[in-house]
Amino acid sequence: MLTMLSFSLSFLFPGDNIINLSGQLNASSSELTQLNHYYQHDNNIIEQYLAYLRHVLQGDLGLSMASQSPISHEIIKLLPATMELSLVALLIAMAIGIPLGFIAAIKHNKTTDNVILAVSMLGYSIPVFWLGLLAILFFSIGLGWLPSAGRISLLFEIEFVTGFQFIDILLSDSPYKWQALNNALAHIILPACVIAVAPTTIFVRLSRAAMIEVLATSYIRAAKSKGLSFSQIIFRHATRNALIKIIRHVGLQFANLITIAMVTEVIFSWPGIGRWLIESIYQRDYTAIQSGLLVLSCFIFIVHILTDFIYAALNPLARGNKYGS
Amino acid sequence: MVVLLMKTKSTPCFFFGLIITLLSGCSDSDKISLDERSIIYCSEGSPETFNPQLITSGTTIDATSHQLYDRLIAYHGEDNTISPALAKSWHMTRDGKKITFYLRKDVTFHQTDNFTPTRLLNADDVIFSFNRILETTHPYHYVSGGNYPFFQSVEFNSLVESIEKINDHTVRFNLRRSDSSFLANLATDFAVILSAEYGQQLSKLNKPHEIDTLPIGTGPFKLKEYRVGSLIRYYRHEGYWQGKAQIEQLVYDITPSKTSRLTKLLARECDVSSYPIAHQKIRDRKDLQLESMTALNIGYFGFNTKKPPFDNKLVRQAVSLAINRQALIDTVYSSEATLAKSILPESSWAFNEAIPSPEYDLAKAKALLDLAGYPDGFDMDIWAMPVQRSYNPNAVTMAKLIQADLKKLNVNVNITSYEWATFLRRLAMSEHQTFLLGWSADHPDPDNFFTPILSCSATNTGNNRTFWCNAAYDELIQKALQTTNVTKRKAYYKEAMLIVNEEMPLLPIAHSRRYQARGANIIGEILPHFGGINFYSVNKNIPLKTINGKVKATKSLPVEQSN
Repeated sequence: MLTMLSFSLSFLFPGDNIINLSGQLNASSSELTQLNHYYQHDNNIIEQYLAYLRHVLQGDLGLSMASQSPISHEIIKLLPATMELSLVALLIAMAIGIPLGFIAAIKHNKTTDNVILAVSMLGYSIPVFWLGLLAILFFSIGLGWLPSAGRISLLFEIEFVTGFQFIDILLSDSPYKWQALNNALAHIILPACVIAVAPTTIFVRLSRAAMIEVLATSYIRAAKSKGLSFSQIIFRHATRNALIKIIRHVGLQFANLITIAMVTEVIFSWPGIGRWLIESIYQRDYTAIQSGLLVLSCFIFIVHILTDFIYAALNPLARGNKYGS
Repeated sequence: MVVLLMKTKSTPCFFFGLIITLLSGCSDSDKISLDERSIIYCSEGSPETFNPQLITSGTTIDATSHQLYDRLIAYHGEDNTISPALAKSWHMTRDGKKITFYLRKDVTFHQTDNFTPTRLLNADDVIFSFNRILETTHPYHYVSGGNYPFFQSVEFNSLVESIEKINDHTVRFNLRRSDSSFLANLATDFAVILSAEYGQQLSKLNKPHEIDTLPIGTGPFKLKEYRVGSLIRYYRHEGYWQGKAQIEQLVYDITPSKTSRLTKLLARECDVSSYPIAHQKIRDRKDLQLESMTALNIGYFGFNTKKPPFDNKLVRQAVSLAINRQALIDTVYSSEATLAKSILPESSWAFNEAIPSPEYDLAKAKALLDLAGYPDGFDMDIWAMPVQRSYNPNAVTMAKLIQADLKKLNVNVNITSYEWATFLRRLAMSEHQTFLLGWSADHPDPDNFFTPILSCSATNTGNNRTFWCNAAYDELIQKALQTTNVTKRKAYYKEAMLIVNEEMPLLPIAHSRRYQARGANIIGEILPHFGGINFYSVNKNIPLKTINGKVKATKSLPVEQSN
């Protein structure tokens, strides 16, 4: 489905579809014939699509029109940066959002609940680019606490191994390892927090709803009537069951998170795939746009499947359903 | 340690570990941090090449010339006198046609990942570097295109007959004629010395183009890493002949956006920023400094002296008198430029205080226009250059202001502008009446202002867009070139400037300034009096802790100068 969309984009973008697919701007006529052969350009559309699919499965996404380097190489360099940023943002969102939601549910319909809901509504309504600029203005320029651009200070030379900055720093043998780690941490805080704002508010509402639902169930009532203490009920029974319901939504939130991350990457000059994709749009780099979209959607797709697996692993009820009826 | 733990532990631990590590901050107090031994410079663009011989663009010169290379001789001090560099002394015969350079014997080339020098600098390197420009048969002449724009513009090929090796450390330049600007040309940012040994090695490996992309020079820094559009990383050259630089690492953070440069400067992510905006904001911050340097350039309003009514001297004088130049400087340059008295900037040694500045006098202008036979005014065109240059940041606005000024003389002005290349081509074809343009000097010799802009020979090449050709003026600037006596040259140039002021082929407007911002803790001179920037003498005090733009702790630790 995705590959079909991406394939059809090459026809919808202006220019020759072979050039859009391959990204070879200055191909000579002999190279063009070869390209036509590779992509089965002379055959019918189905075969062309199958040829394209074969290329994609082999990891050949064409050349970037802007830099004329293979897109797969560029993506391998950039994707980890985005994953790292989104992951940290997701963790921040969960670490703040879920407990807040639980508190709101426990204090259901009281002032605490209303305050938390109001604040989360506010957080949800703030546009991310505005928040990002504000954060830079306040924390970077005004207070001078945190850096405003990039993943790490350019002074540190960290060799590219996995692409995940923190892992690469720990793997490197630089004498300035710990300074580099400190620096990388300082760099990720602002963008991650900005990205985390919207998902946090969603987690607040999700966990609040889940908790309210759980607290109304008969087994909680049974636990109460057995005389268990409040903390025992919450920590041993309610939290676990509410968390399972939330995990199902983490995957869904991830797609949302990536969208926010793309905008944030531009604001914070974060060298990730979102910034690269937006720059490709500016530069009319069609090959990069279609391949970038394909990779990004696949990535989100995989995350969805993974969270479903985790959900199934944690929740015996979901596993049971498969074999039932 | 906190960080290691958090990598292995579960989610909440990661987050809290993150905060703890951040709060603990940089606490390695035993050793000076990397940050304190390095400088980050936010530059405005990527260099086109790493060899200054091949270009004239300021961005490339700033990135390469003084960082990677040295010249035989260098400019020194405020008045740009020529002083020894790689050549410890030199001698010129009385006729000025033979110049002998005696080289230093202790100069080492960079050692990098792909080159290890086996010998010190000698005459072969000098001959290699200059013959690359002069001889079309030189194996490296056509590598990287075979264009040497600066040397072509000063007619280096026709000037230099040959370069002789007298012995290992003595080189003689044989000239076809004497030229008092020759030494000045050799001291420019472009006349760098490359390594002949590196050239031979690359020829053997059949990778000649690497001579300009993975450069080897004798300068205070060597190239470590270059990522196009992202950064240039220099390490210091440990064996630099003037003593190694004080900083260990120099990073050019390539940031083309003006606002991004400002943000990075304000957030102190760069130590030094090129061409900053928001000057007042920078001046207001105690932890930042704004420096400026009058650049050797001139922005002017030229008249096509071959086209009526501007073939009439009186019209040119009248129009010049009617233009309020101070208003142009206040508006177009935001008062950040010096009002020009003549085509030569006041910082040049040949400038003469006695030259009167063109005046602003409407009544006199009207009288002159009546005298010239245009009491009811006339229609004219102004061609405004379409690009932004430091000598004229906004020519179209300037043209509009001039339009308003000339309205008072009943002169109607049409403003025209073409795409830059077309603009220059059509100017050279003399299609214009008047034009707004400027000139940035290649070297500080005063001749670089007189010959290229207004000489008769420049009329033929289309460089003199006023098409003004004055025999007396030409004779004066020729005489000034043939002598090396500074007092005599000064006198000739004074005469020449008086002729220009009287004949008014162009109205000089402004000499702009070059700006640079840096942290208050960065010491040492970066902006030179002339040419590209130089980080050799720069050092850093400990970073200032700033809160709300106020300096909180300003203790100054002694900075380690050598290992």
